[in-house]
This record gives sequence, C-alpha cells and structure tokens, in this order.
Amino acid sequence: MASRTQSRDIITLKGSSAIVSEFFGYAANSILYNRGVYPEESFAKVKKYGLPLLLSQDESVKAFISGVTSQLSEWLESGMLQRVVLVVMSRATSEVLERWNFNIETDSEVVKTKGVSREKSDKEIMREIQAIMRQIASSITYLPCLEEPCVIDVLAYTDIDVQIPTMWIESDAKLIENPQMVKLCSFDTKIHKVNTLVSYKNNDDDDE
Amino acid sequence: MDSGSTSSSISSKTSLSRSRVPFDETNIPPRYPRNPSLNSGVRRTSKASATTQNFDRFIPDRLSTDMDIARCLLTQARRDKENNAVVSPSKEVYRKRLAETILQNRTQILSFKSKPAAPIDAWYNEPSTSNQVSYQKSVKPRRHIPQSSERTLDAPDLVDDYYLNLLDWGSANVLAIALGSTVYLWDATTGSTSELMTVEEEDGPVTSVNWAPDGRHIAVGLNNSDVQLWDSANNCLLRTLKGAHRSRVGALAWSNQILTTGGMDGMIVDNDVRIRSHIVQTYTGHTHEVCGLKWSGSGQQLASGGNDNLLHIWDVSMSSSNAVPNQNQWLHRLDDHMAAVKAIAWCPFQSNLLATGEGGNDRSIKFWNTHTGACLNSIDARSQVCSLLWNKNEKELLSSHGFTNNQLTLWKYPSMVKMAELTGHTSRVLFMAQSPDGCTVATAAGDETLRFWNVFGNPESQKSAPKSNAGIAPFAKYNHIR
Repeated sequence: MASRTQSRDIITLKGSSAIVSEFFGYAANSILYNRGVYPEESFAKVKKYGLPLLLSQDESVKAFISGVTSQLSEWLESGMLQRVVLVVMSRATSEVLERWNFNIETDSEVVKTKGVSREKSDKEIMREIQAIMRQIASSITYLPCLEEPCVIDVLAYTDIDVQIPTMWIESDAKLIENPQMVKLCSFDTKIHKVNTLVSYKNNDDDDE
Repeated sequence: MDSGSTSSSISSKTSLSRSRVPFDETNIPPRYPRNPSLNSGVRRTSKASATTQNFDRFIPDRLSTDMDIARCLLTQARRDKENNAVVSPSKEVYRKRLAETILQNRTQILSFKSKPAAPIDAWYNEPSTSNQVSYQKSVKPRRHIPQSSERTLDAPDLVDDYYLNLLDWGSANVLAIALGSTVYLWDATTGSTSELMTVEEEDGPVTSVNWAPDGRHIAVGLNNSDVQLWDSANNCLLRTLKGAHRSRVGALAWSNQILTTGGMDGMIVDNDVRIRSHIVQTYTGHTHEVCGLKWSGSGQQLASGGNDNLLHIWDVSMSSSNAVPNQNQWLHRLDDHMAAVKAIAWCPFQSNLLATGEGGNDRSIKFWNTHTGACLNSIDARSQVCSLLWNKNEKELLSSHGFTNNQLTLWKYPSMVKMAELTGHTSRVLFMAQSPDGCTVATAAGDETLRFWNVFGNPESQKSAPKSNAGIAPFAKYNHIR
C-alpha cells in the first residue's frame, strides 16, 4: 500500500506538464460553455476532477483546443511557458471583451536537471483544480453578459528565444482598457504553479 | 493605490516645510530654474542675497522649496508627455528596445494560427442573418402595446385593502366595482355608469364582487360575512346567503350554479344558490384570510390562496370519499410562497397550469402543475404581485404590482421575458379584471382611479366575441327566488 501511494504522489516534469495542459483544455471548454460563446447543445458532459464538466463536440473547437494543449505541454516541459491567455472577442468589432489569464510559474530547478521530481498528492491537486473549475462556472454571476456573437483566441507568453512553431504567429497582447479584474484560485503541482485571473471590460452602464 | 502613498508622503514633507526658516543671509541661495511662479514662492528679504551667485551645481534647499508647486511642475511635464499622442515610430521602437534590455522583458506573445469556427449564426436568432436553419419559426408581427392607459375613470372611496377583490368584469361587458359600501356598474359598451346597490354602513364595506357566468347576476360579499345576490338587469336583491362565514367574505368564485366564498375566517364554502340550505361543501385548510379564489376553466379544480402563505388545490372528485361529510380534503397544499397569495390565474391554453403571485417580501410569480403539485417555475417579479391575468389569445401573462412603480408587467410565457411595463397608477394596483373579448384590462388602485389598458390587443383586430350563452344561467327558470 505504501508503494502505491508513493507512486501516485510523485510528480515528474512530464506529468506536471500533462496536468497543466489538460487543465487548460477543460478550463477553456468550461469558459466556452459558461460564457455562452458556443451553443449549449454542442457540449457533452464528462466527469473530470470529480465534477461534471462539459466538453465541446464541435470539431473545429476540439481540433483547436487539442492543438493548443499539445503545444502547451511541449513548452511546459521545456519550462518556456510563462502564461496562457484565453481571449474572448466580439466577432463583429474584434473588441476584446474578456481575458482569462493563466499565469504559470515554473520551478526552474526541475527543468534544468533531469530526473528530479516532486511530491504532492494527486487528490490535493485535483481539489485545487476543482476549486478553479467551480469558480469559472460561478463567474457568470458577475461577468457582464456577452450579448453578441464572440470568437476566442489563445495567446501564449513564452520566452523570447523560443522558436516559433509552425502553427503559431506573433501577436499583440490584446489587452483591455480599464479592465475589471477578478483573481481566481490557483493550483500548484510543486513544479508548475498556475494562477488564474479574469479581466473583463468594465461595463459603465451597470448599476452597482 | 500607489499614487495614494506618494501623495501622503509628499504631504508629510509639506508639513515639515511649513515651519521654514525665513531666508538667512548666510545661506547660499539655490539656483532655481527660470520660472516666475517658483520664484514668487521665495521671498528674499535681505539685500545681500539679491545678488545672484552662479554655481554649477543645483543644491536643492528643502526648507525653502515650495513642495506643492514643485510637484505640480514635475508631474505636469510627465502628463504633457502622456497626452502627446503623436509619437514617432522610431521613438517607439527605441523605447521598446530600451525597455526590453533594461527590464529584462524576455517574453514574446504567440497566438495559435488556426482559429476555431465561429458559433453558428442561427443560435443568436438574429433577424438580420437569414440562416435557413430549423430555428426559423413564423414571426408574427409584433403588436404595439400602448404604454399608457386608454381611459381613466375616477373611483373615489375605493378601499385600499390588499385582501379584497373589488373589481370584476362580467360577460355582458359590464364592469362592477365596489367603492366603499356601494357597488357601481359601468357598461363598457355604452360607457354609462349606474349604481347597483348600497349597504348600510354597519354591514359594509363591500369586500368582494363577482359576476356569475351568465353576466347578469352578481354576488356581493360584505364585511359582515353576508353574501348578497343581485340581479343587475332589474337592480334587485335576489338572495342573501347568511351563516356561511363568521367574518368578512373577501373572495368569491363562480362555478356554474355554485358560488364559492372565501372568508377572513379561513373557510371556503361552496354555496348552491338554487337551494334553500345553500352550503353544500366546505373546504378547511387555511388558517388565515382567504384572499385568492379561482375555479379552473374545466370547473374540476379550485385554487385558493390565503394570508397564511398557503396555496391549496381542491378537486371536486375528492369530495365523495371522505369521513367528514360535506368537507373536502385538499388535493395539494403548496407552501412555497413566502407571503400572502392573492394573485391566482388558471392558464387558458394549458390545462393544469396555474400561475400564482404573492405580495410582500418574496414577490415571486410561480407556476404549478396542479395535477402533480410540482412547482414548474418561479421568477422574481421585483415588486409585490397583486393580481395576475392570462392573455386568452397569446401566450402571455399580465401581472400587476405595487411599490415602487405600481406597474403592470406583461410577460411572455414560458420564457418569462418582460414584454412591456405599463405605468400610470400612483398607488399599488390592487385589482385587475379582463374584458370578455380579452383585449382590455381594467385596473383599480388605491389612488382611487380605474384605468383601462389595451394591453392584450386592439379590440378591432380581435374576432367579435361570441355571445355569452355559455354557462347555465342559474336563475333562468325563476323570475324570483322564494
């Protein structure tokens, strides 16, 4: 029994990258569903992190997310990824309405030396991710309604000397002017620490 | 937040400089930049210091420096720079490179090339994008709902009591309203007013009025617990039902020849108006005043709401199988409401669907399946609900409210989207009645006005209402009772 728990608690760099990129995939799907970017019918329920989460069945969305997450895990393993941002823009005006910011702090020691691993219980990480997922779902209570059709985009902040892969291009930061920011929970795999923050366009005509 | 901290530090320094020593001859006068405003802050008293001594270094003298002006000048320079929108591109690039090297900003931002497909147009039901998808349904031209009342009549002495039901519109297109101890009739076709009846002060005031299905006979409930039956054609009293209640009768509902009365004592009594001992059925269940009472369209179920926040559904078929004779056991007792349930309305197009609204705190409108007793929907109406009416032609619900706007709200069913809000009353809209053709709604409020709203559609556009032959006239065979 002791050996079993031990094998679950050890997190390697590869494992941590997989956890983080998988988390990002589910978080992106959750944001798409909860913010109503894609119609609710195009989502299917799966169980993950102990919660019923929704995954988009739309082929192009699935391809997009899997493409992004595979590249993210590559970058995470090399420790080059600083943050990932999911941007929600209005389709008509290309104005940025929301910015979901996932800051990633990497333990550089693990990246530099091969074979180093950390210990953290799987359950603990799952619980932390669960908290973030719940917060994303509950964010609809304070985020302003997205009344118009929106499109999404994913930005990755990497180190400057990273070679740009084929499917990616350089982009601007797509920031929001005078945003309202809400900091969500964070989770830590002891190798990667992910902080979540959502900033949204401040709706002036909202009454307090 | 940062700016706040610096301003406080500056202000603390300013307080120090207040106690400045006036200029001393021995001090080397600091060389200020040629700025008239700054120089005016320094008063040189001695003649010897008038000679400007030129030095290379600028040694600031804190005590003599006017901190406020200095700060203003410093920040003003920066503000001007920020306001300057025109920045040459080379300057931008230089600034970027400088920032990069100095701040060690080694980040590049990448975005994924192949974006996912945008969500399909039809989902938003935008009328502009003509997407021939199955979401298309025939769009009826939106009818114009006039925002103000079509007509306003005076209703002096209208009792401003939430628990009464003083307004009813009969099937002969005559509106009955109880003002104080008198019941007036207003003929909607001719516009003429007539007085139906008056009671003595000690018996009154009138607490409820309700037209029989034939539109000719009207039941009047009184404060002294009597119920009087009047013939509006001859203006004569046909009968007085006594003994059914112990206190005032606030709610009335007709079902063919049965007049159901609800009283302040919490009792609901079925009275057969044709026979001598008129009490045929009693419904016990409410502990407080019964203020809402409505028979379903089929006459099978009776919904009653009371001041005890309970909603009871009674079924006529349950009366036979009971230990206590002549007493009915409720089919459902629903206690979801948090305040008095006065507004009750059966849905005309969907059987077993009941809408109820409550006054007071919770202000919600709830929808029930009266078969199963399940609450289908509950929405917050934002202000106390005094009355509910269904549109007979469209799938709409009209609710009347009190504080603060005293408005009528028209909701689309089942989406419960607010279609219109009609304001005009200056006090809570207590009573509502619908015209027999289903187009006009009459409302009466504590501000002693009676208003008519063409909220359910224009009378011209509606098909002419069929002559009200429906319902057996209870007294058709008799010229008078007894």
